[in-house]
Amino acid sequence: MQLFLPIADIPVNVFLILAMGAAVGFVSGMFGIGGGFLMTPLLIFVGISPAVAVASVSSHIAASSMSGAISYWRRRSIDPALAAVLLTGGSIGTLLGVTTFTWLRSLGQLDLLIALSYVILLTSVGGLMFWEGLRAMLRANRGKPVPMRRSGSHGWIHGLPLKVRFKRSKIYLSVIPVVVVGFVIGFIGAIMGIGGGFILVPLMIYVLRVPTSTVIGTSMVLTLVTMLFATMLHAMTNHLVDAVLALILMVGGVTGAQFGARAGQKIRGENLRLLLGLLVLAVGVRFAFELGIKPTELFTVRETGGGT
Amino acid sequence: MMTRRAFAISSALVLAATLAAGPARAEKLIVSVSNHRVTVTPNYSGEELVLFGSVEKDASTPANRNYDLVVTVSGPRADMVTRRKERRFGIWINTDSRQFLQVPTYLAIFSNRPIDAIAPPEVQRRQQLGMNNVVLTQRVGPDYADVVPSDPFRSAFVRLRSQHGLYRESSSAVTFLTPTLFRTGIPLPGEVPIGTYTVDIKLFSDGQLVTRTETAFEIVKVGFEQFVASSSRQNGFAYGLATVAMALMTGWMASIVFRKD
Repeated sequence: MQLFLPIADIPVNVFLILAMGAAVGFVSGMFGIGGGFLMTPLLIFVGISPAVAVASVSSHIAASSMSGAISYWRRRSIDPALAAVLLTGGSIGTLLGVTTFTWLRSLGQLDLLIALSYVILLTSVGGLMFWEGLRAMLRANRGKPVPMRRSGSHGWIHGLPLKVRFKRSKIYLSVIPVVVVGFVIGFIGAIMGIGGGFILVPLMIYVLRVPTSTVIGTSMVLTLVTMLFATMLHAMTNHLVDAVLALILMVGGVTGAQFGARAGQKIRGENLRLLLGLLVLAVGVRFAFELGIKPTELFTVRETGGGT
Repeated sequence: MMTRRAFAISSALVLAATLAAGPARAEKLIVSVSNHRVTVTPNYSGEELVLFGSVEKDASTPANRNYDLVVTVSGPRADMVTRRKERRFGIWINTDSRQFLQVPTYLAIFSNRPIDAIAPPEVQRRQQLGMNNVVLTQRVGPDYADVVPSDPFRSAFVRLRSQHGLYRESSSAVTFLTPTLFRTGIPLPGEVPIGTYTVDIKLFSDGQLVTRTETAFEIVKVGFEQFVASSSRQNGFAYGLATVAMALMTGWMASIVFRKD
């Protein structure tokens, strides 16, 4: 069934977009991530312009993290205080990210930046996660317990001032690194059209040492709010959010996410991290290839406005 | 001042041309497009219009004249940029670019036989016949100019637009049903630019322009499409809020529908 998208200005197959939403939703529910890093390239692949894809995906991620956040809230695995501090940094980061996005779009290097950040972020984060997951799995196979949190190994981050007690997470931590983490996620999220969950979760576990019980729920709240904020900003500055496209993605996404979450509970934690690492790494390598090998088409045409 | 003078000169030229051509211009073109208002609805995925026309002769027309026809359909104009990727630091990135100023977003050039057979090169250039002779203004440094058709940026631009079905040229699309009655289809792709399209019809005989006429049609978004597009432009804040509300609702609904307990 063909449907003409009002903002993207192209006809698309509704079932294809629904299926893409559901597939990405499945992955995102399984791993507790937004899945924007998969969705944006897929949309670009079916012919939607990168700018519209990035802007519309932010609302899709907001929807899937909303449904995730509600279920985590019911299980009381969200730390509201920690989320609030992360959000302070996140909002500033998003604002700066959308401004940078608009500026880069006028320079004509947006595609390069999106591709480059995908390569760097995905290969490094994916590689690290894969390696960590592999080690954990090997340890588990040898029958040793998996040390999730090395107690006592407090780095310089824990020596910073402005310490606050985050009750539900049971940690005592300076707000500075928390704000910085939020800022970084907000910034790259707005530019790349990703929620940043796959970076935020490892950052919270390894840098901030937030216990696993509250990590995913809290990261989903951050993703939800930054993506809502990004949707608003994209709608107001670039006018590129395609609500029809977003709705199809959302419906597919939230449905897929529910089944993904059930599938995810059946897989062991370390195997899950290994799989996610592999997936992230694969997408990163694909982008690296695209930059490295000679493209079949050297020219691109973009409308720059000034229409009559 | 400049524009007024240019206008005065051009209107004088037009007047002179009309006067000069007046007595010799014995033919008249009468044309019509099958649809003057193409509406883009949610299920729009391309359309084909038909242009019909006939050559009206009068008493002074030499009998048994052979006619050739060139139809140029140009969509709304916009500025576009063509970029070229080059290898820098081991990766392929956009380096050089050319700006095309106020070029048609859609361009179709149809004729009844190859342009080269219809008119000599100098008439082709003057009348902008064919893809190679249409003026596509580029900004080259401080100057505004069109370049030779073999220019890599120009040919890449035409090629990429053609791949999307937005630029097309055919030397067999116009068919003469009788020696004076003709028709041609105007295919519109799915990703069609919204706006006003002008159709320029030029009649040739023995390599010379006999007469020309113009018609137009418009492509508009209607109903829902139009509502969404215009509210996103004019009311970004409310549009954003609506999208945000939609995201929250969808997420919330999903958590209710799929609630396990």
